[in-house]
Amino acid sequence: MRDDPRDPRFPSSPGFWRSPLRGPWFTSVLGLVLLVGITVLFVTGLVSYAAYNPGLSPVNDKTPDKGILGFYLFAWPTNPHWLYRLNQGVHVTLGVSLIPVLLAKLWSVVPRLFALPPARSLAHALERISLLLLVGGALFEFVTGVLNVQLDYVFPGSFYPLHFYGAWVFFAAFVAHAALKMPIALRNLRHLREEGNDLVSPRPADPTVSRRGALWFVGGGSLLLFATTAGQNFDGPLRRTALLAPHGGREPGSGPNGFQINKTAAYAGIDAAETGPDTWQLVVAGRTGTVRLSRSQLLELPLHSSALPIACVEGWSTSDQWWRGVRLRDLAALVGYDDDPPDLFVESLQRRGAFRKAALRANQVADPRSLLALYVNGEELSPDHGYPARIIVPAAPGVLNTKWVARMTFGDL
Amino acid sequence: MRRPPIPLGSPFQLLLLAGSFALAAYAGVRLLADDWFGVALWFVGAALLHDLVLLPLYAALDRAAVRGLGAVRRRDWVPYVRVPAALSGLLLLVWFPLISGMVERRYRSATGLPADMFLARWLLITAVLFGASALLLAVRLRRLRRAAKHRPPVVH
Repeated sequence: MRDDPRDPRFPSSPGFWRSPLRGPWFTSVLGLVLLVGITVLFVTGLVSYAAYNPGLSPVNDKTPDKGILGFYLFAWPTNPHWLYRLNQGVHVTLGVSLIPVLLAKLWSVVPRLFALPPARSLAHALERISLLLLVGGALFEFVTGVLNVQLDYVFPGSFYPLHFYGAWVFFAAFVAHAALKMPIALRNLRHLREEGNDLVSPRPADPTVSRRGALWFVGGGSLLLFATTAGQNFDGPLRRTALLAPHGGREPGSGPNGFQINKTAAYAGIDAAETGPDTWQLVVAGRTGTVRLSRSQLLELPLHSSALPIACVEGWSTSDQWWRGVRLRDLAALVGYDDDPPDLFVESLQRRGAFRKAALRANQVADPRSLLALYVNGEELSPDHGYPARIIVPAAPGVLNTKWVARMTFGDL
Repeated sequence: MRRPPIPLGSPFQLLLLAGSFALAAYAGVRLLADDWFGVALWFVGAALLHDLVLLPLYAALDRAAVRGLGAVRRRDWVPYVRVPAALSGLLLLVWFPLISGMVERRYRSATGLPADMFLARWLLITAVLFGASALLLAVRLRRLRRAAKHRPPVVH
């Protein structure tokens, strides 16, 4: 009788699974937490994509063949100025904190992976195929996200298309799963009916923890990850609490330029000879031609201040820094756009990096807080923060705040 | 005897899944456009690696710990071992690239931050977790011993 599916030596037998924790209540609670959490992750992910203004220019769009998946795109606003900081902080911190819940949920339903017969009906067969997309998709999204924030680019391709299209594949399966299971989960939580459920072990081992205790355990894991990650969105003592997050712990330097750096000048391939006072010139092009400005000529233009954060797609940010420089709309006026600031195409000196060219929309150029910054916190920009000049725009993702600016072309894109 | 045909099942479920597959295929074609084999390998591999390696591994470790403590009549110590070990393992799993130092060079040159502190921090957190757990266990054992002193011995 080696093939008897009820033989508890085989995982296809319900008796193989001994944990007394498994059951509809435990799975339903975790499922509902994930329903809410993953919905927030999906929405903040879509919002983050919109924040890049991918419809504005091909240089902003790493998924140009998105088709209808970009149906919701909108012109990214500049208010409130912490919008991207909040969105991305939630996306990454919540994603990291949900990992224990996802693992526990998968653990709670693992007997079903091996359940026989493989399909009771066509609908059931399709549902099981859909579960491969659900589980594979969830793990693919969490793994690519977690690796990307640690700069571990081992996944097969560029992060943006993998994480974006992977999210849609996952979400397709997630919606179907939620529609099929949510009514059952809610019913399970309202009236407890443990008996007769295929998740309940027919020969449970002695319990070592209660179901409630196990939930506290999962929640404790989430809390620990949250506590060691969330701080990378704040400065000072709070950042020090993010003990294991990539931008937690300490600042890279001290003084006005000491705040967090995404890519250093060395990493971006900036040659100090190109940024010196005798060599560097900013090229500004527009309706009335091209203007070349040295840094000292830029300093003769009206300078303005704004307090804006750096907020990275990787889910870390700084508090507001005090930037000082020339308003983007004043630079637009120099090349013929006096009252109608247009879109802006920015090119950097940097040799490497997916966003060494970036586009900003007219509303971002027109905002009086949008600067070509020359100073930060009262001092000249350091090389790592973009000396001789960098873009800073309220609510824009960090990579669109181009550092080491070489050329700015105003005009409709 | 002819086998009965496979029933169709709920029409609502069939329609819902058809819609889900259509959307997944639309995005999936784009997901697989560049390196279809690599991406499919990661997608399916993530599920297989989790279901057939990671989950059996931690379940077996947990079972071994429960059995081992049971064998020395210390089954009630299980949570005091399981919780700190699982939390420490969770942190290692999530932050493995930083803790292991495998991205050290890129991390250091990109962010200007030292990359060698993550292992030390993880070890310290692990030490604190186990230390706190040991403290809680010691307090509990003390209380139990006190309670046992004030109670008459159970006669078997």
